[in-house]
Amino acid sequence: MAVRVVRRHELTFWEKIYIPQILCGLKITFTHFFRNLFLHTAHLVGRFKNVPASVTIQYPEELRPLMSRFRSRHRLTLREDHTPRCVGCMLCETVCPAKCITIVPAEHPDPNIEKYPIRFDIDLGVCVYCGYCVEVCPEDAIRMDTGILDVAAYSREAMRLDIHELMDPGLRKPVSRCNLKFPHKCGLNGGEMKGSWDAPRP
Amino acid sequence: MMEALVIKLVLAGIVFFAALNLAGFHTWVERKQSALIQDRIGANRADIFGFRLLGTLHGVADVIKMFTKEDIVPAGANKTLHTLAPFFSVFFALVAFAGIPFGDRLILGDRVIELQIAKIDAALLYIFAMLSLEAYGVILAGFASRNNYAILGGIRATAQLISYEIALGMSVLGVVMVYGTMDLAEVVRAQGRMIGGWLPLWGIVTQPVAFFIFVTAALAETKRLPFDLPEGESEIIGYFVEYSGMKFGMFFLTDFLETIVVASLSTTLFFGGWQIPYLMPDGFHFPWGGVLLVPNPIYVLLGVASFSIKGLIFCFVFMQLRWTLPRFRYDQLMSLGWKGLFPIAVVNVVVTAVALVFFGKAS
Repeated sequence: MAVRVVRRHELTFWEKIYIPQILCGLKITFTHFFRNLFLHTAHLVGRFKNVPASVTIQYPEELRPLMSRFRSRHRLTLREDHTPRCVGCMLCETVCPAKCITIVPAEHPDPNIEKYPIRFDIDLGVCVYCGYCVEVCPEDAIRMDTGILDVAAYSREAMRLDIHELMDPGLRKPVSRCNLKFPHKCGLNGGEMKGSWDAPRP
Repeated sequence: MMEALVIKLVLAGIVFFAALNLAGFHTWVERKQSALIQDRIGANRADIFGFRLLGTLHGVADVIKMFTKEDIVPAGANKTLHTLAPFFSVFFALVAFAGIPFGDRLILGDRVIELQIAKIDAALLYIFAMLSLEAYGVILAGFASRNNYAILGGIRATAQLISYEIALGMSVLGVVMVYGTMDLAEVVRAQGRMIGGWLPLWGIVTQPVAFFIFVTAALAETKRLPFDLPEGESEIIGYFVEYSGMKFGMFFLTDFLETIVVASLSTTLFFGGWQIPYLMPDGFHFPWGGVLLVPNPIYVLLGVASFSIKGLIFCFVFMQLRWTLPRFRYDQLMSLGWKGLFPIAVVNVVVTAVALVFFGKAS
């Protein structure tokens, strides 16, 4: 193996008197300063919008672009009549390594559909976001593509998502009103059964 | 007698208003300028009724926060001295402004008003004395906190301030020799003359070496980067670790005030203070022969504007330097002061003396 001798960089005279080096540094900072000042001003009047003036992403208003395969909060996909696609096969509950999914299936009136969940809870305080539930689902009934990252709550109880929130990613706690028409164990009404298949659905 | 007092009070009010507001404004400049340099946006969240005003309100928010914060005095600290230290710092930084002339004589009726709070014959010495006394606040803060880190910070500050004050004084000697006075108003007046009829006889022209030494030493006096060893906010822990609330804020205010004092002093000594090239007390006399007469109040106002703009540019450059240069190591700091700046300043004085003998008093 060849030996490479790396000599310590000796300062030249110009570097030793330091002032030219300060000016070099100032050149860099001034370039950035005036470039960004110009760009910010231009953005204010609507020009050069495609050239970013800063690398900052202003978080609550502006979200970092997510990869399409990014795993974010879960949602239950819907049929055309706004009932869950889930057929209550329990595969996701079985495969879940964190055991955070709770499903209670029930018979569906339509003979072509096996079952449906009257209760579907995911405890996000336990969930490890592995995405196995999405992989294993035979009906494409659960997905992790809501783009919701800011899951936070003041209690462990509030980290549990029930079927209302899973079916409508726009809902946030506290969920005020049950808008599901089909029969389900409604956590909003103390776990009682609510709704019927005869109610009109959009 | 009464009138004279009122005039002085008004002058003091104007200067303190300008200086304190500019110091408050510095927090905004510091945030935004550093943000622009580093491709960031900078603080922009504080708002009043939804108006963010480019983040200027963060200064106000800071002050409110500092006033409402708990004021902690460590157990075992000397309470009197601990409380006194920040006031010491701010007081001497503020009174230093009294010696700085910010405009030429204003003539109102038969009254001649010097635009300088205190007409002191040795204003230069006075300002240096105040800047040195400011070091006592720092030392007191470190000493009275009863905290080893704070004491070490205070000691670093003392050593640094003493070392650089000598270079500062020596660099200014050259200017004093050239203009033959320590009265800052006279120094500025002397800078109104021209060499060969077109080049203003500003300090930067007659004493370029002294200018660089002065700015370096003055930056060290302000205790800001690259000379912020006394403070070293997060890494090496400075003299004000044990301060909270507005007492801490006062140390911060002192820093900014000192920056402004130093900027004004650089302007006064090296960039002609209130002078505008070719503007004589009665109007513009251009070297190509044009003459534009202006009345006295406008002449004075132009001078004040000129002084303010130059001072602001200096503040801007100091801030830019602060965000450009990394911090010195402590031994580098000391060797720069004693082996670099001090000898050069002495040589500068000698060369100036020889030059004065051969060419006579500059003019």
